[in-house]
Amino acid sequence: MTIALEIINLSKTYDTKEAVRNISFKVNENEIIGILGPNGCGKTTTIAMILGLLKPTKGKVLINGIEIEKQRVDLLNNLNFISPYIELPKKLTVKQNLEVYGRLYDVKELEIKIDYLSEKLRLNEFINKITGELSSGQKNRVSLAKSIINDPSVLLLDEPTASLDPETGDFVRSFLEEYQKEKKTSILLASHNMSEVERLCSSVLMMNKGSIIDQGTPMELIQKHGRKNMEEVFLKLTRGLV
Amino acid sequence: MYGLFLRHFYLIKSSLPRVLDLIYWPTIQIILWGFISKFFSIYSDYYNNTLGIILTCAILYDILFRSSISFNMLFLEEIWSRNFTNLFIAPLKLKEIIISLIFTALIRTLIGLVPAIILTSPLFGISILKLGFPLLILFLSLYIFGITLGLFVSSGLMRFGPSFENIAWSSLFLLAPLGCIYYPIEILPEVFQIIAKGLPLVYVFDETRNILINGLVNYENIKQAYLLNLIYLIFGIGLFYLSFLRARVKGTLINMGE
Repeated sequence: MTIALEIINLSKTYDTKEAVRNISFKVNENEIIGILGPNGCGKTTTIAMILGLLKPTKGKVLINGIEIEKQRVDLLNNLNFISPYIELPKKLTVKQNLEVYGRLYDVKELEIKIDYLSEKLRLNEFINKITGELSSGQKNRVSLAKSIINDPSVLLLDEPTASLDPETGDFVRSFLEEYQKEKKTSILLASHNMSEVERLCSSVLMMNKGSIIDQGTPMELIQKHGRKNMEEVFLKLTRGLV
Repeated sequence: MYGLFLRHFYLIKSSLPRVLDLIYWPTIQIILWGFISKFFSIYSDYYNNTLGIILTCAILYDILFRSSISFNMLFLEEIWSRNFTNLFIAPLKLKEIIISLIFTALIRTLIGLVPAIILTSPLFGISILKLGFPLLILFLSLYIFGITLGLFVSSGLMRFGPSFENIAWSSLFLLAPLGCIYYPIEILPEVFQIIAKGLPLVYVFDETRNILINGLVNYENIKQAYLLNLIYLIFGIGLFYLSFLRARVKGTLINMGE
């Protein structure tokens, strides 16, 4: 199986604080891996190093076998990212935003691509509206459209359904499942929604205090820790709940 | 009422940059107008066409101001709209970012300046276009220095985050008294003259006054201004690259604007 994303002995230290400690894992092509852990456990730092936003103190990030530190800009063509903490320019319309990012990622046949994304993500009803005036669910769908506009081979999702109502959350999860099957994208999903992780991820990494403390399929982890679901596994591993 | 006062008092008390900011603006204004007043009280008959020279220099200074602010604004708008991270995860080389900012800043500068230039003619009977071809050379020199200042400030924003924003606004005003926009360098105290000689502005504005008063072009001034511009521009680009590298180590590119 082809490895799309490989993390080798990755560490990040800020002055004296170790944010990420010597972690290693792989995401194969056409696979969704979940990354779980409490706030401040190192998930965002790990994602930032994968995106080349942050220089690792030690270790390597390989995208399709090439080290990000060596060919950052070229490899960014194959990556994309969505996070509720990052927004698109508020004053631009949805279509203008998608045009801007389509150009930045040098997307061929951009109009067709925007039409496709608009239909798939139900953006048509507000495609010409100002992005800042949209509801959080609509903004989330626009950000999702931006994150797949370049058909990334590796997609990084940081809490993609945070603050969404159940219907929109389910729509986004269903879309991601369908999209991933169609495009065979490798996805790294950081989430606090355990049912989402159980539904989407073939394997899960549990992080705490910068380290990977456990990993396996959701079912393996549930059985291994003798719990009913991933939420209980999460609490046990992060809080030491017995 | 007291609660609202406390809310702002705590904010000021806890932030030295805010206190310095409050002191900075009146100080700079007084220094600038002090030098202008000193010049006119000593050399009241220096200019035959005072209004023309003052207005022309004010418009030229605005070229510097607008180009630098435009460059900074492009950067700040990405931070304010929390779009900064999206830009730095797009496959863009730093040189591509710099070139696009330079070009966009030029458009913004022209949009802001052209109406002002047009208005001075019917309102005051003065046209900056009377400078002729040298206007283009002076414009370019000020524009280059403006975007160089923009590079310095953007480097600071990238390295230190939004807290560097106040510097973005205040940096240009610091140059106003030292740049000798409305008066010759000799008006400044000697120690300020030494600093001012390191700024291309002094040569640009000296040459502007020279052209308007004598109708001649001294290419020595222009050469000196461009030489200094080149040095600062190279330094500004280097600093931008260095700040990006440092920001990647320190993590300031993550969630900028939060």
